[in-house]
Amino acid sequence: MADPSYPSDLLYHPEHDWARVDGDNATFGITWYAQDALGEVVFFDPPKVGAEISMGDSYTEVESVKAVSDVIAPLSGEIVEVNGALSENPEKINEDPYGEGWLVKVKLSDPSQAESLMSAADYEATLGS
Amino acid sequence: MTRYTSATEADRREMLAEIGVSSIEDLFADIPASLRLTRPLALDAGRSEQEVLAELRALAGKNVSTEDEVSFLGAGMYDHYIPALIDSIIQRSEYLTPYTPYQPEISQGGLQAMFEYQTAICELTGLPFSNASVYEGPSAVAAAGYVAKLATDRRKFVVSRGVHPHARESLATLAHAWKMEITEAPLSDGVTELPQLDDDVAAVVLSQPNFLGAVEDLDSLTQAAHDAGALTICSCDPLPLALLKPPGECGVDIAVGEGQTLGNRLDFGGPSFGFFAVTEPLLRRMPGRIAGETRDVDGKRGFVLTLQTREQHIRRERATSNICTAQALNALAGVIYLSWLGRRGIVELAELMLQRTAYARARLQEIDGVELLHDQPVVREFAVRLSAPVQDVIARCRQDGVNPGYALGKDYPEFADGLLVAVTEKRTKADIDRLAGALAAAVAKRPGPVEVGA
Repeated sequence: MADPSYPSDLLYHPEHDWARVDGDNATFGITWYAQDALGEVVFFDPPKVGAEISMGDSYTEVESVKAVSDVIAPLSGEIVEVNGALSENPEKINEDPYGEGWLVKVKLSDPSQAESLMSAADYEATLGS
Repeated sequence: MTRYTSATEADRREMLAEIGVSSIEDLFADIPASLRLTRPLALDAGRSEQEVLAELRALAGKNVSTEDEVSFLGAGMYDHYIPALIDSIIQRSEYLTPYTPYQPEISQGGLQAMFEYQTAICELTGLPFSNASVYEGPSAVAAAGYVAKLATDRRKFVVSRGVHPHARESLATLAHAWKMEITEAPLSDGVTELPQLDDDVAAVVLSQPNFLGAVEDLDSLTQAAHDAGALTICSCDPLPLALLKPPGECGVDIAVGEGQTLGNRLDFGGPSFGFFAVTEPLLRRMPGRIAGETRDVDGKRGFVLTLQTREQHIRRERATSNICTAQALNALAGVIYLSWLGRRGIVELAELMLQRTAYARARLQEIDGVELLHDQPVVREFAVRLSAPVQDVIARCRQDGVNPGYALGKDYPEFADGLLVAVTEKRTKADIDRLAGALAAAVAKRPGPVEVGA
């Protein structure tokens, strides 16, 4: 879907997840690279609102025509909102991974963890050419 | 590379030298001496091939099949007529491989057969999605329990005592590993009486008809389950479904069942297949795979594997089911059988069973020393109580060439005097009359003080 892009206002986790941090709150999703590697996403298993998630651990799954993959939490916190539109239109994860394809909104338990995430340039550098 | 490579003594020495041990015995050094058997296995001396074959033939001669006696034995597997058509199709070499092709779309015929099979199961169960079959009835019930666990995240099953004992055992075995608790719902006058359901019940597990042959009131049982936020799993006998309200229309969330009666021979208990159908919200929790119909690049009709969300192909090391192998052939027999019967034929067959079962029930009820165990509606099987020891009665009837049915006491101590009698379309009115005669004689011939004093 379109060309690779890694917006500079986001932070990146090496497991190909992004976080948009705003104080104690953050929005999570998967990167352009992740959706491209998965292929056409056909199902997003919505996690429960209120669930505690931990940085580096899986908090949900996305299923593509090729495989079912864990989605890793880039930061720790409590899920406060789930993108319900993905139940009907999981392809938004492919079409707009940083916009309509967001997965969850999280109340961060330790915002300082964000310091260990990568910038767009650093993340892109890990992907090679 | 040859497919069979023999190893000579010299080869063995070379291999041992290569890995640096001096004898084969050294390879077992890690097994503590206390765990080793220090004597030879207690086996008879070897015998010649001819002697072994003669012994096996003698053992095989002890088998009594449904061809050798007039059988009213059922209890989950039933003696239906198998049309010759089935063997002539399933023996085609294209169908004989037990494996899912790893590029399944190469096997268009196999996928089409699965697609037609799923369509038939959906029509029978009244549910929108069927997978391409599972191993057999009991493991289908257990797999359905897992779906309910995943979908509800609750910790208990309430299982009717009317569910087949094998299915209850299979579910209990797996539920133990899932740390799920099982509560049994008792039978009252032959049908399930649900206890109060709390908000930790994942599913109520039922059978239609139940093991005693009784038709359950699925509508109200399902309603009670749903009122408690639980799912309903129902193990269904597929042929009676031609007459009964489809489980899907009764609100059942997962309909499963034993497929043997659909064109598969008894064959000493297997192999057979299980069917598995669900409502839409459970689709992605379903084990196994679904074949789908589509169009190819030229717009022609074709078939693909559309869904296999819990399998290794797609979940890799996190797969939660591995139901993908040999039952395709048995399920194929099932769909051929259903096509052979047709929409009208399956209803006629079920009506025939219903009428003959009603006749048999009425005849046996007239016998002195035989009474109904319950008087619920039945389709193909019913239960009676005998005034003489059941095993003795069965043995006497079999001496007369009639197998009168299944001794319920084996699985139900509370029905130690119970006999379960099954009637298929193969049992004629004359056969039923013969059963009534043999049973009357066997029950009357009771030994002991009662008879002496009479």
